[in-house]
Amino acid sequence: MSSIYHDILLDHYKNPRNFGNLKNANKKTTISNPVCGDKINMMIRLKGGKIKDIKFSGQGCVISTASTSLLTEYIKNKPLTTFCKKVVRDKKTSYMVTLDKDFILELLNIHIGPVRLKCALLPLEALKKLLK
Amino acid sequence: MLPIKQDFPIFKNNPDLIYLDSAATSLKPKSVIDALCMYYEKYSANVGRAIYKLSQDATQAYEDSRSAVAEFISADPDEIVFTRNTTESLNLLAYTLGKNIKPGDKIVTSIMEHHSNFVPWQQLAKQKKAQLNIIDIDDEGRLDLSNLQKLITQKTKIVTLTYVSNVLGTINPIASIIKKIKQINPKTTIIIDAAQAVSHIPINVKRLGADFIAFSAHKMFGPTGVGILWGKKEKLINLPPYLFGGEMIEEVNIKNTTFKDPPYKFEAGTPSITEIIVFKQALSYIQKIGFENIQKHEQQVIEYALHTLQKEFKNNIKILGTKNIKQRIGVLTFSFAHYHPHDISQILDEDHICVRSGHHCAMPLHTRLKLPASTRASFHIYNSYEDVDKLVAGLKKVEKILQ
Ligand SMILES: Cc1ncc(COP(=O)(O)O)c(C=O)c1O
Repeated sequence: MSSIYHDILLDHYKNPRNFGNLKNANKKTTISNPVCGDKINMMIRLKGGKIKDIKFSGQGCVISTASTSLLTEYIKNKPLTTFCKKVVRDKKTSYMVTLDKDFILELLNIHIGPVRLKCALLPLEALKKLLK
Repeated sequence: MLPIKQDFPIFKNNPDLIYLDSAATSLKPKSVIDALCMYYEKYSANVGRAIYKLSQDATQAYEDSRSAVAEFISADPDEIVFTRNTTESLNLLAYTLGKNIKPGDKIVTSIMEHHSNFVPWQQLAKQKKAQLNIIDIDDEGRLDLSNLQKLITQKTKIVTLTYVSNVLGTINPIASIIKKIKQINPKTTIIIDAAQAVSHIPINVKRLGADFIAFSAHKMFGPTGVGILWGKKEKLINLPPYLFGGEMIEEVNIKNTTFKDPPYKFEAGTPSITEIIVFKQALSYIQKIGFENIQKHEQQVIEYALHTLQKEFKNNIKILGTKNIKQRIGVLTFSFAHYHPHDISQILDEDHICVRSGHHCAMPLHTRLKLPASTRASFHIYNSYEDVDKLVAGLKKVEKILQ
């Protein structure tokens, strides 16, 4: 059986991008998976329809850490509209993230079972919560 | 060492399999698998209802199984209730015993319980405004019984404890604990979750002194879908029914229903007939090998595992529970450096080594131990020294990949 732990994944686990604290964040959230104790704090600085800066901290397995690292890298400095649907209700604007499971798995370039899928999708959940 | 692998067809179909998850469910020997097929081919019929011969045969086989379970734990057949699993047996108790729980009553359990012997009582206590008292553990993962004398009072209606922890592997000194509790308050109902114990330790309910015990067939080489609730006869008689419907009634009219005597009172609906009948084969299998041999084998493997893991990984591996192999079964739970249990089990799986990662349905215990999750390798009669060596090699691979 070939390993799902390919080099890119391990690189993002051992040297996660955008790891740390964001001092001038204007949105923050924490999400955890009680099954394995994984926890992600995600912080962003939202300005002009873009995520100008993003950082994350917490503890996690290879999959959840690499997934978070890769996702933050992907969305940083992109217009929100490239990965979100703008929703205006009662004059309040929110963003519905349109990235899905398949997108994340492609980003990670792995095939995993249902248990590990939760690990992989943890950062996406965090992002959805942040922009809601 | 027991030459046991050949009895388990799964190893023929998966020659590379290193199965270290028997605490979750045990593998099934050929005699059990053959019997499952045989039942469906030869006398598949419902039980307890029809006059025709096939159904009579099935009913007889079903009751034979009940007798076999009774004999296995030195009980009477009408003290054996078939349920779906340990969880259902324990919920049956929480529901029926719960009817008599009043505000201020006390229910005692421990921090090392499986969720199925924790959550039902926690919820019952909440509903009834009763108190849930939790026995702690000491540094070696044994029940801390130092304040038992204070904990058990006249208000203590129920004490429910696991015989063996599914995480720590600790064998609790259940018989002596029961004796102490009954000395303080003879009216306390004592329940033992024997799910992890029953395939490792011979149980004699007459000597144990509990009022109820619960276990599952699937953890003792038997089929899934079969749980056992043993209760002292007079205790079972005094419990109200749990599920209503077919099979459990004596007479039904528009205004009223009378119920059968135990155990039938608690067996509403069509049971897992096939699995229950076949369960008898699993009991015979255990008896054929003998508890003495099972324990000797297991102690050899676990001693080797404890020794080898510590020698190879020193302080990098932290094994939970007591190191005294006489006080534990073949459940070996550990944390390994900073590696995440999910990654450990995923990498081990690449070499067909099956271990569990997570909280093993014991979150209160993991919180107590300040661990978000752990990795568990559990051993049984079909495991060998070689399996331990494979585990060690697998963990070295984990180090190599994740370091
Ligand atoms: C100690 C203990 N109690 C209860 C259970 C629940 O058993 P079941 O899932 O068969 O209901 C288990 C199974 O993991 C267990 O280890």
